[in-house]
Amino acid sequence: MTLSSMSALVSIFFLLWILKDLVVRGIAAINWDFFTHLPAPPGEEGGGIRHAIYGTLVITAMASAIAIPVGLLAGTYLSEYARHGRFGLVVRFLSDILLSVPSIIVGTFVYAIMVRPMGTFSALSGAVALAIIMIPVILKTTDEVLRLVPDVVREAAYALGAPRWVVITKVVYRGAITGIMTGIILAVARIIGETAPLLFTSFSNNFWETNILRPMATMTVVIFNYAMSPYENWQSIAWGASFVLTVFVLVLNLLGRFLFRGRKYG
Amino acid sequence: MDKYIARVMDPVKVEIRHLNFYYGKFHALKDINLQIAEKRVTALIGPSGCGKTTLLRTINRMHDLYPGNRYEGEILLDGKNILDRKTDLMELRQRVGMVFQKPTPFNASIFDNVAFGLRLKGIRDRRELEARVERALRDAALWDEVKDKLKENALSLSGGQQQRLSIARAIAVEPEVLLFDEPTSALDPVSTAKIEELIRSLGRTMTVVIVTHNMQQAARVSDYTAFMYFGEIIEFNSTDIIFTRPKIKLTEDYITGRFG
Amino acid sequence: MKRIGDRIFKSVAFLSALLVVLLVVIIGVLLYMESRAAMDRFGFLGFIFRDVWNPVEDEFGGLFAVVGTLLSSAIAIVIATPVSIGVAIFITELSPSSLRGLLSAIIELLAAIPSIIYGMWGLFVLAPILRHSVEPWMIEHFGFIPFLGGKPYGIGLLNAGIVLSIMIIPYISSIVREVFSLVPDVMKEAAYAVGATRWEVVRNVVIPYTRSGIMAGVILGLGRALGETMAVTFVIGNAYRIPSTIYEPSITIASSLANEFTEATSTLHLSSLFFLAFVLFLITFVVMSLGRLIIMRMQRHGV
Repeated sequence: MTLSSMSALVSIFFLLWILKDLVVRGIAAINWDFFTHLPAPPGEEGGGIRHAIYGTLVITAMASAIAIPVGLLAGTYLSEYARHGRFGLVVRFLSDILLSVPSIIVGTFVYAIMVRPMGTFSALSGAVALAIIMIPVILKTTDEVLRLVPDVVREAAYALGAPRWVVITKVVYRGAITGIMTGIILAVARIIGETAPLLFTSFSNNFWETNILRPMATMTVVIFNYAMSPYENWQSIAWGASFVLTVFVLVLNLLGRFLFRGRKYG
Repeated sequence: MDKYIARVMDPVKVEIRHLNFYYGKFHALKDINLQIAEKRVTALIGPSGCGKTTLLRTINRMHDLYPGNRYEGEILLDGKNILDRKTDLMELRQRVGMVFQKPTPFNASIFDNVAFGLRLKGIRDRRELEARVERALRDAALWDEVKDKLKENALSLSGGQQQRLSIARAIAVEPEVLLFDEPTSALDPVSTAKIEELIRSLGRTMTVVIVTHNMQQAARVSDYTAFMYFGEIIEFNSTDIIFTRPKIKLTEDYITGRFG
Repeated sequence: MKRIGDRIFKSVAFLSALLVVLLVVIIGVLLYMESRAAMDRFGFLGFIFRDVWNPVEDEFGGLFAVVGTLLSSAIAIVIATPVSIGVAIFITELSPSSLRGLLSAIIELLAAIPSIIYGMWGLFVLAPILRHSVEPWMIEHFGFIPFLGGKPYGIGLLNAGIVLSIMIIPYISSIVREVFSLVPDVMKEAAYAVGATRWEVVRNVVIPYTRSGIMAGVILGLGRALGETMAVTFVIGNAYRIPSTIYEPSITIASSLANEFTEATSTLHLSSLFFLAFVLFLITFVVMSLGRLIIMRMQRHGV
C-alpha cells in the first residue's frame, strides 16, 4: 500500500522534476530573437530557430495532409465495412504492429524508398515518414469512435433513403466528430515531437529553406544536434526549443482531452 | 394452429403474400399474408420475440443492411413486388419511411435534421427547404416549441421532442407509407399521448403501420390490428373486432392479459 | 449515380485499409533486401553474434548493439514493472475518486512529453547526479553483487534504463489500469465481505485475476523500450563493446542507427545498419504481436 502510493509519488516527482528543468533552462534561452532569427555561429551570443519552427510546422502539416485522409478512410473501412470478419482482424492487428514499429525504422524505410532515389534529403520525405507513424494512430481512434455511433442512428438515415456513403459522411462522421477531432489532435501531438524518423529524411538545415524537396530543419532535430554539440550557447538553444516544443505538445494534449469530454454519443 | 385473416374493406396499399423470412437458418416469419389498407393505421401486436418488428422491417427492406437474410414470397407496394431484385432500395425507403423505438436525432441542427431527406431528394432551393421543414415540424406538432431555435443542435431537445423531430424528419419527404417501431416505448406518458395523437392524424393522410407491445395503444390509434405469435399472424381484423370479439382463442388470451 | 458514389467511397476506404497492411509487409521486405549485402557476407546468426563493429576496416557484427538493446530494456523493465503496477493500484484502488482523474492525467502527460526531452534531461540533469552521487553510493553498498561494482560513469546502461523506465511507466500503468477495471466488482466485494483489507483484496483478488493482462502490459512496455531511439542515444554513451557493469557505456540498435546512418560511407556499412534495423523490426514485431495476442484473447474471453 505504501509502496504503491510511493510509486505514484515517484512518477509525479519525476514529471515535475523534468518540467522544472525544462521551464527554468528553457525560459532562460527564450527571447524575441529566438523566434525571429536564424542560428548564430558557435560561441556567439543570440540567434534563434525561426527556420526550425517553420520546418516543424510545414512538415507536420504535410504529414497530416497525407495521414488524416488515409487514416480516417482506413478506420472508416474497419468500422463500417469490416467490423467483423477476418480482413478487419488482420488490418487491426497489422495497424497495431505499425503503431509500434520503432520510429527510427520508419526513418530508414523512407530513406530507402525516397531519399536515396531522389538523391537528397527533403522535407517531403520527412513528412512521409511522420505520416506513416500517424496513420495507424488515426485509424485506431476513428475505428473506435465510429463504433460508438449507435446503429439505430445509421438505420434512421438509411430509412430516409440515403446511400451508404452519405450515411457515413453526413451522419456517422458528424455523430463522432468530437472523437475524430480528438484522435487527430492527439496524433498531431505525437508526431510533432518525433525526432528519429526525421534524422535521415528531412535531415537538417542551418538556413531558411522553404523548398519541400530540400533538407529542412525541425525543432526536434535542432534540439538533437545542438544538445549534442559542445557549445554552451547551442545547448541553451536546445533547451529553449525543448521548452517551446513541450508547450506545443502539452497544449495539444490538453485540447484533445478537453474536446473528448464533449463527445455526443456513448 | 387456428388462424383468422380478414380481408380489408379499404383500398389496399401494401399486400403481403406468403412471406417467409429467415435470419441465417432461423425461420423468423412464417407464411405471412396481410393486407395493409391505404390511409389507415395498422397495428402489429404480440408478445416480444413474435416477429412483429421483423415483419415491419421487411416493408422497407431494412434487413438488407445486414448480411445473412433471406426473403421468400411477395410484398406488393401499389401492386409492385418490392422483394424483386431490381428494387431500388433508396427509392423504396423514400416512399416507405420509418420511425424507431429510440429517438434518432443526428448530430446536427434541428433544421438540418428535418431537411436531411429533402436534400437527398435533391431539393436545394433555400425557400422551398424552409417551407417544407416548417410544414413537417407543424405536422409533427413540434413547430411552436422549436421555431425560434432551428439552428440549435437536435441533441439538445428532450426525449419526447427528439422523437417528434424524428417523425418530422420522416414525414418531410412525404412518404406514402410510414412505419413506427414501438415509437413511445422510451417516452413518458405526456409525450406518449402527443405522439399517439400525431399517429392518428397522420393516418388520415398516409398509410401507417405501427408495432407496439402496448395493447391499449393499438386499440387507441389503429383501424386494423394483426396479432402475431411465433412468427405467424394468428388473427387479423379491424381493431374493433380484435379487441371486442376475437375469433381465435389465443388472441383472446393475449388481449385479456392471460399471457404475454 | 448514388450507387457509383457508394462504390467509389468503399473502394477508396478499402485501399486505405489495404495500404496499412502493405506498409507493414513492405517495410519488412525492404529492410530484408537492404540487409542482404551484410547477410551474405556475415550470415544471419553469424552477424548477430559477431562482436566487432569497425567501419574503418569494414567489419561489422550486431552483438554489441543487440546486447546493449536487451540490457538497457531489461533494466527499464525491472524498474518500471513494480512502479507501474504500484501507480495503477494507487489510482484505481487507493486514491480518493476526486484525485483519480487528475492523477491519471498527470501520468499520461508523462507519456506525451517528446522522447528527445527525456534524452536531454538524462544527459544534462540525470547523468551528473548518477555519476557523482547515485552510482558511487551503489558501488559502495552493492558493489559485491556482480555487475554492480566497478566505477561510475553517469552516461551508460543504468542512465538509459532509468530514462526508458520513466518513459514506459505511463504506458504500462495505463494498460494495467485498464485490466484492473475488468475485475468484476462482485469478486472484490466478496473479499471485503469476509473482512479482507484493501491491500489483501489487491494482492489476493485483483492481481491474480489480472496476471495475464499485467504480463501483456509489461511486454508491450518492453516493445516500446526496445525501439526507443532519442532518449537512449543521448545517455547510452554509444560505445561498441560488451559492458561488464551496469554503469558502463554501451550502444543500442536504435542509437547506432541514429548516430551512423547518415554517415555510413561504404555499402557494407549501410547494409549492416539496415541489418540491425531488420533485427530490431523482427524483435519488436515478435514482442508486440505477443502482447497484442494476449490482449486480444483477454478481450474475447474476459480476463
